[in-house]
Amino acid sequence: MTDNDVLLSVSDLRIHFRSDNGLAKAVDGVSFDVGRRETVCIVGESGCGKTVTALSILGLIPIPPGIMAGGSIGFDGIDISSLGEDDLRTIRGNRIGMVFQEPLTSLNPVFTIGDQIGEAILAHEKVPQDEVHTRSVQLLKDVGIPSAESRLQDYPHQLSGGQRQRVMIAMALACHPDMVIADEPTTALDVTVQAQILNLFKELQKKRDMAVLYITHDLGVVANVAERVYIMYAGIGVESGRTAGIFQTPRHPYTQGLLASLPTRSKRGQRLSSIPGSVPNPARKPPGCPFHPRCRYSVETCRTRFPELCDYGDGHLSRCPVLYERRETGGS
Amino acid sequence: MISFIGRSAVQKMITLFFVSIVSFLIIHLAPGKPSQVDPMNPKFTPEMVERFRSEFHLDKPLTIQYLYFYRDLFTGRTVSWKDNQSVLLKIWERFLNSLPLFIVGTILTWTLSFPVGIRSALQRGGNFDRSSTFLAYLLISIPGFFFAYVLIIFVVTQFQVPVIGMETFGIGSTSPMTRFMDRIWHLLLPSVLGATAGIAVLSRYVRSQMLEVEGQDYVRTARAKGLPPDQVHYKHALRNALLPFVTMFGLILPGLIGGSVITESIFSWPGMGRMAYEAILARDYPVILTVNFISAVLVLIGTFISDLLYLVVDPRIRL
Ligand SMILES: Nc1ncnc2c1ncn2[C@@H]1O[C@H](COP(=O)(O)OP(=O)(O)OP(=O)(O)O)[C@@H](O)[C@H]1O
Ligand SMILES: [Mg+2]
Repeated sequence: MTDNDVLLSVSDLRIHFRSDNGLAKAVDGVSFDVGRRETVCIVGESGCGKTVTALSILGLIPIPPGIMAGGSIGFDGIDISSLGEDDLRTIRGNRIGMVFQEPLTSLNPVFTIGDQIGEAILAHEKVPQDEVHTRSVQLLKDVGIPSAESRLQDYPHQLSGGQRQRVMIAMALACHPDMVIADEPTTALDVTVQAQILNLFKELQKKRDMAVLYITHDLGVVANVAERVYIMYAGIGVESGRTAGIFQTPRHPYTQGLLASLPTRSKRGQRLSSIPGSVPNPARKPPGCPFHPRCRYSVETCRTRFPELCDYGDGHLSRCPVLYERRETGGS
Repeated sequence: MISFIGRSAVQKMITLFFVSIVSFLIIHLAPGKPSQVDPMNPKFTPEMVERFRSEFHLDKPLTIQYLYFYRDLFTGRTVSWKDNQSVLLKIWERFLNSLPLFIVGTILTWTLSFPVGIRSALQRGGNFDRSSTFLAYLLISIPGFFFAYVLIIFVVTQFQVPVIGMETFGIGSTSPMTRFMDRIWHLLLPSVLGATAGIAVLSRYVRSQMLEVEGQDYVRTARAKGLPPDQVHYKHALRNALLPFVTMFGLILPGLIGGSVITESIFSWPGMGRMAYEAILARDYPVILTVNFISAVLVLIGTFISDLLYLVVDPRIRL
């Protein structure tokens, strides 16, 4: 991928929060790129900083308590991490659309769907009212809402969870953005609806030629949508690469654990494995490699030294020097 | 809609019926008697006490008394035991006196609390927020009567203007303009005083409501759409923050008859609050019960208006 093809480039992002029990390092060194028209996934357990990462791209982290402790965010050649509110506003909803994790609470309960979609268009384009209307209807049709025309008069509570998420997607698409960030768009929905929304994203991405940053905690959906994957753990990026490469030869113990805990056909009837322990509190992360207390390969140096990225070629990076050395001595 | 109004009206009538019974019982069962029928009162002979008792139906069982009282109330014949004047007429006079105080006070409270509360919330932790918080707590914690005397002393010594009562004594003969200005001036202090505590409390409530709503997901969505800050705050957040106040709006109605005993006493204002207070001291049952009944009616009408308003502003509420 040449520089010209890179749409979003986040490097070494660090977002911390001041809290009563110390400094919570919610995101502490995350880097990723999203190319034009590419679908990229960020995967990680609950609390690892996925939402914070997504919000910081649009400058939506409340400061204070948030602190941008380091890193930079480039979008289409602009350094958006240094932009002011007014300039950021021309990007939000216009060049980058965002779909949130909670469709039930993300729509304003006291305004109609039509009002909320129309407003997204009018925020960036001066168009007459009847055009706003036709475009809103078209958007609802695009995201698969039946009888779109009459739905515009409905209030959010009159729609099901899946439909509300479709409306959120329609709003995110309202100004033909170059990229949509979808933060766990299916987590709050029924399983059957999840699959529909996922397919909708795939379909829209192709039709509209846009980039999608798809955030999820479910490695299962990744193989389905993404060309490349970034795995996050406790606020840092631990492994990244092409989807196929990561699924075939995961190079980080955390990724291996995640894959082993996925139900697959070949594991039918067996007990699913799980990673022992839980994600550390971002205010009390262990020194060294944050994963070492849960890792079965951990050695003495893991406790003290922060692991560097190891390059396996073909864009496959992993933050585990222990496994990297084993590979070179033919140990794995 | 029609059925909602009908159902609501029936429910409220039933409530009113029970309120009438309970308030009647409380007043009659409370210790103490009207002085006219107190056998210990040296002014009256036993015969006179007897006459009063039968005249006021006090010799009948409570149920009969109850029926007599509400019959008189609905036919407008209730009279005060103290001076034999029509209760409704007395209340009407006092009501007219209290009304300007109430209107100015309410307008002050509602027009000042919202801008102050909203601005505090939007500039949370800033200078405006800190000073308004400080002032609000100061006003809440200083007793009203004390604050009133400080104000009176200040105004009287600084501006040499008498502030007691509704108008300056003997001003009746001067020009209408002077009279009008005199009235306004007398109105100012009591209504400002009556409003301060309300402003302090309500502005805090507006602030916390606004802060809560600003943290909601849909406000984040509005920002993520790239809407300008005014639209985010004053459309998306404010509209939701205002919902609970709609309920309160209906409930200011009973204040019409309640008046404020403290403010009216301090400023010798011949209003409703003082009349009710004096009636209680004199055990003037008809006055107390009538005021009570009218305020119950106003409360019920107020809640009904609140329900209707909620229906208008919150699309999630449907009948
Ligand atoms: N406004 C905030 N103030 C303080 N801490 C915050 C704030 N927002 C997020 N955090 C902290 O940052 C950490 C990461 O949160 P984040 O919401 O990004 O997790 P996530 O990966 O999206 O999890 P989930 O899958 O549950 O959505 C959490 O520990 C959270 O407590
Ligand atoms: Mg999240």
